Amino acid sequence: MNMRADNTNAPILSVHNISKQFGGIRAVNGVSFDVRKGEILGLIGPNGSGKSTLFNCILGQLKPTEGHCEINGRSTDGVRPADLSLMGVGRTFQQLSVFPKMSVLDNVILAGQEHQGSMLSRLLGKPDAGLTGKAEQLIEFFRLTPYRDTPAGSLSYGQQKLVDAAMAFMAGPGIVLLDEPAGGVNLTMLGHLKERLVTYNREHGTTFVVIEHNMEFVMSLCTRIIVLAQGEIIAEGTPDEIRSNQMVIDAYLGG
Amino acid sequence: MTRYQPILIALGIAALLVAPIGQGNYIIYTLCSWLLFSIAAMGLNLTLGYAGQVSLAQAGFMGIGAYITALMTLNGIHWSVAALISILSSFAVGLLLGYPALRVQHHFLAFVTLAFNTLLFLVLRNEEEITGGSFGLVGMERPTFFGISTDSNLAFYYFSLVCFLLAAAAMWWILRSPWGRAFKALRENPIRAESLGLKIRRQTLLAFAIGSAFGGLAGALQTPLVQFIEPSSFALIHSLKLLLMVVVGGSGFFFGPMLGAAVVILLPEMLRFTEGYYLIIYSALVIVLMVYSPNGLIGLGQKLAEKIKPRQEARRDLKQGVQL
Repeated sequence: MNMRADNTNAPILSVHNISKQFGGIRAVNGVSFDVRKGEILGLIGPNGSGKSTLFNCILGQLKPTEGHCEINGRSTDGVRPADLSLMGVGRTFQQLSVFPKMSVLDNVILAGQEHQGSMLSRLLGKPDAGLTGKAEQLIEFFRLTPYRDTPAGSLSYGQQKLVDAAMAFMAGPGIVLLDEPAGGVNLTMLGHLKERLVTYNREHGTTFVVIEHNMEFVMSLCTRIIVLAQGEIIAEGTPDEIRSNQMVIDAYLGG
Repeated sequence: MTRYQPILIALGIAALLVAPIGQGNYIIYTLCSWLLFSIAAMGLNLTLGYAGQVSLAQAGFMGIGAYITALMTLNGIHWSVAALISILSSFAVGLLLGYPALRVQHHFLAFVTLAFNTLLFLVLRNEEEITGGSFGLVGMERPTFFGISTDSNLAFYYFSLVCFLLAAAAMWWILRSPWGRAFKALRENPIRAESLGLKIRRQTLLAFAIGSAFGGLAGALQTPLVQFIEPSSFALIHSLKLLLMVVVGGSGFFFGPMLGAAVVILLPEMLRFTEGYYLIIYSALVIVLMVYSPNGLIGLGQKLAEKIKPRQEARRDLKQGVQL
């Protein structure tokens, strides 16, 4: 099911001239870029470069001062996070974001149940909304099967990151935005996470946008990288091009 | 644990069936009011314990149910129709009140619902022509089903028990459906829930309205139980009492409200021998419980159970540690 080759030209996410002003500070200043289907795009930049602000503007958590975004050609202006999810946008959070007292299975089922049927059918229908099988597949995919019935909050930090990722994938989104997926995750788990993301991208053609500080992780995961500094794009290219870009080295990577 | 659950539930129901046998009228009456307050508290538990919203209007919804049932049965309409209308009306009022009120959350919502309860009390007291004002309404008869009268206290107890079991079954159904999962998710992490497509406001509003409908049913039972209703039976103090039931029993636990209602209704009776001191003792017990176990009596039970037999999660973590 490799969709990557078929759809490489259509942008799934278009960011048009986004600016965000907080009082006197312009956190993001006229940023535009397209993300094409099947791409794994990395967004990197030093602290305060506007990555998270940009992310929150794309995801409808913040209203941009100027500019707008489009998902599959549809403007996301004023779209609430729940509707964005129903439009096929998955996301993970920088902080741990599971439902700690619910089992891993329930966490993953919840991530899919709102995407099918009507509100009434969710009251009258099966308790698992018919999603146990699909959820178990994803749990297996992230190698969490031994913890299927464990409360998500009692897993280790890295495992919770995997649950968070599984939730982001449950509804079969076209694009997933990952906010610092590697933050605080140990090396073994990190390699595991990267391998799973690449596999998922290859198998399902899902597009990823990744904000990350861990350079090694970004360079080995992403197909294209955009570098932000002081709210503007200073470089864009393949991992190799970014590694050797003098502006990036000066601004971020260090010399 | 889940393996024993059906057996425990069957034992519980059996106990409820034999509980009133051989008891005097007063005890049967107390048991009936425990059943109906359990229904109201179950509804509030959905709003508070599952959807995480503080409502101080549950007694108000009982009042809506009680007055509608009283007015309809006094006009010769059968109780079952009146109860259905009571439930639907409470649901509708819950939606109407919740729609603007749930824009504000937590303690602000508490204030809005507090104001609603007070307003309802004033309407019930002042609209004398319809509600009978401070004197209330009297003379509502207990219903008859297929020729079987619920006039005797024992018969009325079994009738209340059937209503209670139906309400509990409905709540159980809601909580095990995807809605139940959505309610828990809302309580635990609303931002994450919203990012997964959950329409927070709609879901919370429905929790509030369904919780209110349970209040309506409890009110519809109170009318034939007491056969006399007056505005002060549904005043704010009773909403606070219902809140206490949910919190003392353990909010967010299925059996919490039943246990809480038992404590709040029965404890004052048991402390009667202390005469004037009972409120002091009672409040001291509640404070100690809340400090030691914010999850109420069921939370306390779990705490104790874990001390005796700890769960095995720590071990699993270790295994994972070895793998890494």
